[in-house]
Amino acid sequence: MSTYSVSDGTAAAAPRAAVTFADLSGSYGVGLAASLVWLAFGLSCLYWPDVGDWSRTGSLGIGAIVIAAFILFGTFSADYLGSAGQALRKRAPWLVAFGAFVTLWEVATAKFAWLPLPFFPPPQSILEVYTDDLPKLLDSVFASIKLQLGGYIIGATVGFITGVSIGWSQKIGYWVHPVLRFIGPLPATAWLPIAFFTFPSSWSASTFLIALATGFPVTVLTWSGVASVSSAYYDVARTLGAKPSFLVLKVAIPAALPHVFVGLFMGLGSSFAVLVVAEMIGVKAGLGWYLQWAQGWAAYANMYAALIVMSLLCSGAITLLFRTRDRLLVWQKGVVKW
Amino acid sequence: MVVQSAAEAITYPAVGAELDIEGVSHAFDIDGAVLPVLDNVNLSIAPGEFVALLGPSGCGKSTLLRLVAGLEKPRTGALREDEARITGPYPSRVVVFQDPTLFPWRTVWDNVALGLEAQGILKTQRHRVDAVIELVGLSSFRNAYPHQLSGGMAQRVALARALVNDPKILVLDEPLGKLDSLTRIAMQSELVALWQRKGFTTLLVTHDVEEALVLANRVIVLSDRPARIKADIAVGRPYPRHRGDPYLAELRKQILGLLGLEATW
Ligand SMILES: Nc1ncnc2c1ncn2[C@@H]1O[C@H](COP(=O)(O)OP(=O)(O)OP(=O)(O)O)[C@@H](O)[C@H]1O
Ligand SMILES: [Mg+2]
Repeated sequence: MSTYSVSDGTAAAAPRAAVTFADLSGSYGVGLAASLVWLAFGLSCLYWPDVGDWSRTGSLGIGAIVIAAFILFGTFSADYLGSAGQALRKRAPWLVAFGAFVTLWEVATAKFAWLPLPFFPPPQSILEVYTDDLPKLLDSVFASIKLQLGGYIIGATVGFITGVSIGWSQKIGYWVHPVLRFIGPLPATAWLPIAFFTFPSSWSASTFLIALATGFPVTVLTWSGVASVSSAYYDVARTLGAKPSFLVLKVAIPAALPHVFVGLFMGLGSSFAVLVVAEMIGVKAGLGWYLQWAQGWAAYANMYAALIVMSLLCSGAITLLFRTRDRLLVWQKGVVKW
Repeated sequence: MVVQSAAEAITYPAVGAELDIEGVSHAFDIDGAVLPVLDNVNLSIAPGEFVALLGPSGCGKSTLLRLVAGLEKPRTGALREDEARITGPYPSRVVVFQDPTLFPWRTVWDNVALGLEAQGILKTQRHRVDAVIELVGLSSFRNAYPHQLSGGMAQRVALARALVNDPKILVLDEPLGKLDSLTRIAMQSELVALWQRKGFTTLLVTHDVEEALVLANRVIVLSDRPARIKADIAVGRPYPRHRGDPYLAELRKQILGLLGLEATW
């Protein structure tokens, strides 16, 4: 964190007066290349006729040129843009690579049709999905988030409480441990047929399955976290007058928190899998269902569009989890950055 | 004159508690074998006394301290604090462990505040935390996390965490072991000053004979495991004591002899 502010400070203190040739090949060069690649992509959309009939080729071309202009502007005024400018400079190589990738994709699909067409739609047809099918896609996104969030929160809460209980109390462990060993390793999706019969609605059934998929890893890791707390911490707290509730809430749980987050992370991964399957099979809403529906209509562009959204959502959820962890576990040194 | 001494009795608080160790023996089971650690230890410590325990490594000093703290029950015998039998830990007897065992998720301030928080009196007593952090010289590190401290600083935090509770019996397990010699000497005089001001009973384990002689009223020398009391030596010298004192040097020689080291000295 401090290194960022230091580099910001020097950048602000000594703004570059003029662009020299050395700069062009250095920090400006990559940004310039990125801008040119995106410009090329935009121009190819606008002036190179497509082999098929796509309505959004023009808009895509204009969009690409706007991006190219932004990159160009950002590159040459990065020193004055603070942390945004630094971020752009750091990501410039990626912008080149990504621009090259979409250009190649455009050329290989819309211009020469090297890739078999219905299965590999060009970028403009995906843009078309985002503009023309937006309401349905948004509905699906909200349905997915609602289902996932509900199931995840229930599963994480129940798993956390169960894990702390069996880690703390041998009596509870005696009863819960065998059940956990019997049910836990079963993939949550195996319950799918039964769950959809026994639950009043497919929505509640899916919530249960997501909670189950989340709950198992959270329980096991919370449990092992609580069980592995060094007894020296309890000794210290007890000689200072701590009661059992203090030992659980202020010693066992904070000490186990790093483990709990590993469990939450694993639970998130396995619950995504359950979410998609549950939506495809039972719930008639959500991104999983959207994928299924698009497959039914052989709407491949819609499938890719939904996949991209799904990936952004999953990645966003994991980022959020890691941010929360970093905030709660500042006392740990050397935590992994996501 | 009478009024004066009555006033003195009020201003000098008799905080220290009496500690009695009566025929205590203890043992551990390691892989089915019984390892005797303490063998019929008898020791009576008067209120406000400063007693140092010396003994070879692994003889059972820390184990005795755990029994005093109430963290473990002796196999035979009894321990009493002011006549009341010790059955479990209680904040009137606070231990500074050999290892500082700071809570890594708490800042220095929160670590020191632990005892008051556990007893539910932190809200009204925050100034005590600040004062004791000041006392151990860590005011500028109050918001640091334990992984940001040096070994010696961590031990000072552990000392502060104990002192903030105003214990009747302070139990110290080599609390100055990791300090450099200068800080160590400074902390020794701080400890004596604090003990004289507050009047708590102190039981200190140390490896350092000189430290024991500079600090304690009484030095107890323990035998090899299982620990028995080998000698109980009164150190009749006023404070502050001087390291070069010939009387202390003579005692030191005598104690080193008891520990089987006379040949080297
Ligand atoms: N929880 C335990 N279980 C089994 N054995 C133990 C346990 N705690 C201590 N011991 C044994 O008891 C003996 C005394 O240990 P203790 O920690 O009291 O020694 P010590 O006198 O404090 O040594 P040092 O000066 O090195 O700290 C050792 O031999 C140790 O192996
Ligand atoms: Mg020890």
